[in-house]
Amino acid sequence: MAESGKIDPMHQFAIEPLFGTDHLSLGGFNIAFTNSALYMVLAAVVLWIFVIGGMKRELVPGRWQMAVEYMTGFIKNLLIANIGEKGRKYIPYVFSLFMFILLANLLGLLPLGLIGMHPFTFTSHFTATGVLAIMSFSIVLIVGFWKHGFHFFSLFVPHGTPIAMVVPLFFIELVSFMVRPFSLGLRLFVAMTAGHVLLKVLAGFVINSANASPALGLTVGTASFILMIGISALEMLVAVIQAYVFALLTSVYLNDAENLH
Amino acid sequence: MPQIAQIADTYSSQIFWLLLTFGFVFFVIGLGMVPKVQGTADARDAKISGDLDAAKAAFARADEAEADYRVRDAQNRTAAQAVVAKAKSEAAKASEVKLAAADAEVASKIAAAEARIQAASTAALAEIETVAVDAARDMVARISGVETSDDAARNAVKAALAHG
Repeated sequence: MAESGKIDPMHQFAIEPLFGTDHLSLGGFNIAFTNSALYMVLAAVVLWIFVIGGMKRELVPGRWQMAVEYMTGFIKNLLIANIGEKGRKYIPYVFSLFMFILLANLLGLLPLGLIGMHPFTFTSHFTATGVLAIMSFSIVLIVGFWKHGFHFFSLFVPHGTPIAMVVPLFFIELVSFMVRPFSLGLRLFVAMTAGHVLLKVLAGFVINSANASPALGLTVGTASFILMIGISALEMLVAVIQAYVFALLTSVYLNDAENLH
Repeated sequence: MPQIAQIADTYSSQIFWLLLTFGFVFFVIGLGMVPKVQGTADARDAKISGDLDAAKAAFARADEAEADYRVRDAQNRTAAQAVVAKAKSEAAKASEVKLAAADAEVASKIAAAEARIQAASTAALAEIETVAVDAARDMVARISGVETSDDAARNAVKAALAHG
């Protein structure tokens, strides 16, 4: 623990069981309902409420229905741009993935600390992002082998490869393919963690400098606070972009599985 | 870093709750609700493009009808002009015929009148001859006391008239 006035920027990532469910278990595995699980449930419920508002199915949509249709249309266009018309069948999955990650990122940024609650961003845990990444990767593998059988391995040998280069290229492409779930999961985890740590470090500067002396508080504290405002805006952008990147890469990988090269 | 420090204690709970919540999101929202939302949007897009196509087709039909109307208008005009020209030529012919008939009548009347005048002048000449013969016999009788025959007097008058 960093001893900078007892403000630990990593404490926000600590997982704590809630409601005395510490020892809840299933088949010998601990499944305690934690603050992380609470935010997963919150993200799912908020998304549910959001989409319910789009279920009016009116020909001339209201604002809410328009917003929901905009999001589904956005995912549809993303999939059609990357995969083609065959991409339509992945709308439910990629929409779920994108909106779930987006809401997780945004809910974790809510300034709930002001009313004494502790916001938690479960996308800053690679146990969570890893599951999502493995899920996307598994779908790519299943679709690829289902549609193309062993021909799917031709993905690792680009067109026009000289015979001598086939074997080395196959292994290079195989490695780059196998790295995908890690890059997918780690990218989101790192981006979220880094942003939240930065915000907490700057918040620590504000508090510690103000506690040290008024002069330091006015100079270092004010500068850090202004920086925090800018970085908060940046973090909201990152929250959207990381969700988009996850959905985009998933659709790019799905394109490999659907159409090979 | 709690993400690593707590991994042994929390991974099963994290995975369990993530699968549960994401499962709900995918099966209930993604599969249950999103296709309906997207279906509404697709139906609207289809309706809009269908309406636009219908409007375009209606425009094309209107243009066609206008072109058709123009063609028929032009045809009607030429037909009307033909009718007018025909009527004009017929009227001209009819008046020509009437004029010719009137001319013929006038000519025949003139000819009859000329014949009458000729007849009248011939009769008048004949009368003058008779009168002249009588006058000549009278003159001869008065001057010489000779009673001339009618034929001699007539021959003398004819000769005089022919010379004179």
